[in-house]
Amino acid sequence: MDQLFRKLTLAFVIVVVLYVFINNILFPESFGLGLDSYYLTLIGKYLCFAILALALDAVWGYCGILSLGHGAFFALGGYAMGMYLMRQIGDRGVYGDPLLPDFMVFLNWTELPWFWTGFDQPWFAALMVIMVPGLLAFFFGWFAFRSRVSGVYLSIITQALTYALMLAFFRNEMGFGGNNGLTDFKDILGYPISAESTRASLMILSGLALIFFLIFTSWAMRTKFGRVLLAIRDSEDRARFLGYRVESYKLFIFVLSATMAGIAGALYVPQIGIINPGEFSPLNSIEIVVWVAVGGRGSLYGAALGAVVVNLAKTYFTGAYPDAWLYFLGSLFVLSTIFMPRGIVGILQDSLHWLLPQKSRYRRKSSP
Amino acid sequence: MALLALFSSATFAFEEGLALSESSWEEKAEWIETLSKDTTDEAEQILQHWVGGNLFYWPAENRLVAGTKEGRKYELREIIGGLVINVVKRKAVKKIKVNNKLRRQIKQALAYRSLSSPDASKRLKAITELKRKPDYSLLQTLLRLEVANPDLTTARDLRTLVGLVYLESSKSTEQIEGIKRLTGNLSSEAKEGLSRLLLREDLTSDVRALGQRTIKDIEKKLLYWGHAQNIVFGVSLGSILLLAAVGLAITFGVMGVINMAHGEFIMLGAYTTFVVQQIIPGNSATALLVSIPAAFMIAGAAGILLEKSVIRHLYGRPLETLLATVGVSLLLQQMVRSIFGPLNQAVTSPEILSGSFVVNAAFAITYNRVFVIIFAALVIVGLWLLMYRTSFGVRLRAVTMNRGMAASMGIRSQRMDALAFGLGSGVAGIAGVAISQLTNVGPNLGQAYIVDSFMVVVFGGVGNLFGTAIAAIGLGVATKIVEPIIGAVLAKIVILIFIILFIQRRPRGLFALRGRSVEE
Amino acid sequence: MLSTLSIKKRFAALSLVTSLLTLNSVSAADSIKVGVLHSLSGTMAISETTLKDTVLMMIDKQNEAGGLLGKQLEAVVVDPASNWPLFAEKTRELLEKEQVDVIFGCWTSVSRKSVLPVIEELNGLLFYPVQYEGEESSKNVFYTGAAPNQQAIPAVDYLIGELGAERFVLAGTDYVYPRTTNKILENYLKDLGVDDSDIMINYTPFGHSDWQTIVSDIKAFGSAGKKTAVVSTINGDANVPFYKELGNQGISAEDIPVIAFSVGEEELSGFDTGPLVGHLAAWNYFMSAEADINDEFIETWHQFTGDEGRVTNDPMEATYIGFEMWVKAVEKAGTTDVDSVRPALYGTAVPNLTGGTAVMHTNHHLQKPVLIGEILEDGQFEIVSATAGEVIGDAWTNFLPDSAKIIADWTSPVSCGNYNLETQQCSGQNF
Repeated sequence: MDQLFRKLTLAFVIVVVLYVFINNILFPESFGLGLDSYYLTLIGKYLCFAILALALDAVWGYCGILSLGHGAFFALGGYAMGMYLMRQIGDRGVYGDPLLPDFMVFLNWTELPWFWTGFDQPWFAALMVIMVPGLLAFFFGWFAFRSRVSGVYLSIITQALTYALMLAFFRNEMGFGGNNGLTDFKDILGYPISAESTRASLMILSGLALIFFLIFTSWAMRTKFGRVLLAIRDSEDRARFLGYRVESYKLFIFVLSATMAGIAGALYVPQIGIINPGEFSPLNSIEIVVWVAVGGRGSLYGAALGAVVVNLAKTYFTGAYPDAWLYFLGSLFVLSTIFMPRGIVGILQDSLHWLLPQKSRYRRKSSP
Repeated sequence: MALLALFSSATFAFEEGLALSESSWEEKAEWIETLSKDTTDEAEQILQHWVGGNLFYWPAENRLVAGTKEGRKYELREIIGGLVINVVKRKAVKKIKVNNKLRRQIKQALAYRSLSSPDASKRLKAITELKRKPDYSLLQTLLRLEVANPDLTTARDLRTLVGLVYLESSKSTEQIEGIKRLTGNLSSEAKEGLSRLLLREDLTSDVRALGQRTIKDIEKKLLYWGHAQNIVFGVSLGSILLLAAVGLAITFGVMGVINMAHGEFIMLGAYTTFVVQQIIPGNSATALLVSIPAAFMIAGAAGILLEKSVIRHLYGRPLETLLATVGVSLLLQQMVRSIFGPLNQAVTSPEILSGSFVVNAAFAITYNRVFVIIFAALVIVGLWLLMYRTSFGVRLRAVTMNRGMAASMGIRSQRMDALAFGLGSGVAGIAGVAISQLTNVGPNLGQAYIVDSFMVVVFGGVGNLFGTAIAAIGLGVATKIVEPIIGAVLAKIVILIFIILFIQRRPRGLFALRGRSVEE
Repeated sequence: MLSTLSIKKRFAALSLVTSLLTLNSVSAADSIKVGVLHSLSGTMAISETTLKDTVLMMIDKQNEAGGLLGKQLEAVVVDPASNWPLFAEKTRELLEKEQVDVIFGCWTSVSRKSVLPVIEELNGLLFYPVQYEGEESSKNVFYTGAAPNQQAIPAVDYLIGELGAERFVLAGTDYVYPRTTNKILENYLKDLGVDDSDIMINYTPFGHSDWQTIVSDIKAFGSAGKKTAVVSTINGDANVPFYKELGNQGISAEDIPVIAFSVGEEELSGFDTGPLVGHLAAWNYFMSAEADINDEFIETWHQFTGDEGRVTNDPMEATYIGFEMWVKAVEKAGTTDVDSVRPALYGTAVPNLTGGTAVMHTNHHLQKPVLIGEILEDGQFEIVSATAGEVIGDAWTNFLPDSAKIIADWTSPVSCGNYNLETQQCSGQNF
């Protein structure tokens, strides 16, 4: 039955992507049905968050690693992209320096720090979007999993990680623009970043990435690898006794998840137009966990749905009830954990059960 | 200076009052100069009111009056005697303003007057004030005073002051006398006076050499005491961390619940302090004492309510309680914002807690820090007694170690959960009382402490009171040792990285709890 | 069965999305929409909520007086929740979805930077009411708060001239406003002959609460035989523990005065001001300013909030000036169209609340008086110094070599917020 909803989710994303592709890219003039930039960026943002939630669900839902620091990987991917976009500004910056971004000119830096080299090349930046979060996850995970840090201890040190990174990126001496972060981007791959067609393309790209990751992760989870992950989630010790190298499995999925988060961040930044250390804040990472929990942990598409639903609610409430939206959001979190223990996914499944009692029982047995 | 006559004539109805209210700072300084030479009581009273910001020119009667603000109006009094004359609107009077520089000048003038006061505490105050800006012309008066009043309370400060005054001299013998008197004196005034002396061009070489030697010696001692001071700073920071984290250690330890609303319970405690102060105005010491149990009750009740209404339903899914408690934390924040508004609330500190416990001039602990340290110690001792010397504690620890086994021994584990949650939240409320004495009381207060609290609990080992205490103090002191070397931000980053690495070495924190259930 | 359901589901989902997408509320043609973009939750709510109320109060007042161009003003309030990317999103929502004619909003520099590309792309109009670091002049933003030369420089002049300060601690929170201000001040002090060793610069993280070490450092720095003063650009929340620690360690304003650029009446209303008496702040407005127009403003504010105890502060005055100017310019232009209102704003003069006149210049900055106030026991300020005349806000400071050669002038022939006098070029523009 999960299959059905997964397909529905996929179909839904595909429809949105196609809609935008047809009306904003192919025939921007003819039908007048194209979305305006507000909705394009909004949907783009939701899609990036959905990928991020998917990434977290892969480690939390399938391997039992509750990371309270996934925002860090997202932000690092975002910074890698932001650095590329900064370099693209070239001499169109405020102070007109051909090489240095404005904030460096302002801090009296005379040359580009070594870690900024290469970011003018899109391929290098793309590589870094994957490499930086991936490597960080690798080293972090390698140490943590080998030492068998688990449960809340792991959760809290991932939180320490993102908190430390936030403080570090806040520092102006770090060379990442301090509190203001990176902003004022002009163009991406030669296309002006604020053009409607660029926005539409970025949104479509985010949609395609989400589709790809949805298909890829659910395929991966159906393979033997996925089964082992589930075994680890359910009982790490038993999996270990059965001869599986638990650490390697955990490390692999953790790194994979981090790179997914990094890619989500890289897609997010050009659409939003700013990346700053606030993305590293521990609260942001907790919010990702909340999306996954609201959507339904351990079903992949549920995480994506959760991300979209929570953010949709946030967008709506912050505009419609600016003084009271926290009540709505807070209550949503509390009520959804009490009354929807399996999240939106659980509700969907239960309602289908209710509609089709026999068939679903049959399908449940056969479904993975 | 037509004013001189007017001031001393004891009639304050003078035309120049207007001029005084509109004159420049320089002109006012001249007037103060004149007044300070005037030995009459009237002049002193004028200076007193002036420095307190209570001196007004009243155009209607064309004279100077003392005024105090009563709501939106001003109550006017006679300068001498304080008899109430009238109550007028704000615009009916013109304030004779004072700024920092003039305040200093007036205080010096008043201090000079009370140097020979029979009241020793007044003399001490005067000496302390005069030390800030030693004036060579004081020398003879001071020397006379030193002979006439050899009392112990003021002797040391007087010696410093005389030394400082000697330093202002232009004769090298007197300068040397001054340096000698200040040898080994750790007060900032002594160091400042000596530095000021060394900045002068006209020194003889032996005075300069002696001065440099003395100041070097002082600096060495200061460095030594500075380290000691720093450790105390660390302990005090650690005590705050401890107070914030210890409640979490209980809930986290017993139930494995990541309570994201813990910070908001601290906030509730701080707001309780504020409310109690509103109910008992004017006596902040009593209010503070009352607010300790009040905060415990309110935050504890909120905790029990949370446990019974939400967390109870999430049994067996400890990590998912995180989601629910994030929601609760948002609700509590917004609730406080709706009730009290988004602004910070002013919580006054009792008189007893202002000022410092002075060991010597270079080593002093502010009383509110002493309060926090003692308070944290009391809380931890109290909790220890509760956990290890009562049957409640035994049952609670049993549930922490092995829930199933404890239940089969007849302990009502659900009830223990609620009580443990109430206890943890109540302690958080108490932490809020302490924190309200140090920092902002606002809707975001809880957020500032939640991450640090988690670090402390995990570093110390979940569910271990002793570990939490050691971890909190340890992290506090470590932060303070690292901070002067690399700055506040990097210090924090270094500590976080240290925690991450430490957990690799000891995956269950500093003091791992033994027991089967902790394996989960 | 299943397939029909899935088709139905798909259909439902599709219709849901289309209905969401077409949620575009139809704006009433007979009202002028005013966007209010201030954080009502999160860390900045403490400062920004007041400004939201100020704008609402101004709108009420304007509507009572018959509205604008015969139409009623309508406030559109959103909550960007102290989340910087959300500021950009909400700006887009205000401009594209709500079609507002003007936005009053932002507090932190980063929120303004986040909003900037959007507001320029969609050609909106933003009034930014907070003192800031300068180094910016956008075509679509009017800066009604103080630029560094309208706050920092006169403040230091006062410290040197009146208090005889020779040694300076520049303490700030580590972000762009303190960084810029301190750099400007450092250059300025050095130009005045202050030695390097007499300047101590210290940065702390946001919300720093443990000031023990830093305050004792300041104390040690201050005992070197020269009059020492602290110039504080410490941000909001960190101020309370900072001042408390100063008081606790026995540093009075007469020993080491602290002059702050981010501490106003509202910040002081959150704490016990006893130990702070005599410390200073530099602003363009104090609630204690003696002017009829100020009394009237305070009266209206108290009526609006229903609370006699509420204070007013400088960013409120800046909001007030911005609003009045916008109203005047709209009346002059006869339309709310941004391209017509913008030129109409240049040279617009409205009375400020301290008894003078604020004039909008072509660099989008105001001409305002600079006041120095000393903190009183009751949380108010005593104005102890005021600049002789009004100071014109300088978008690009003259005390930094890179920005000294840049000017902003949005009228022809320059028509640029970032015109380099040396290369005669306009750079850094998005259009």
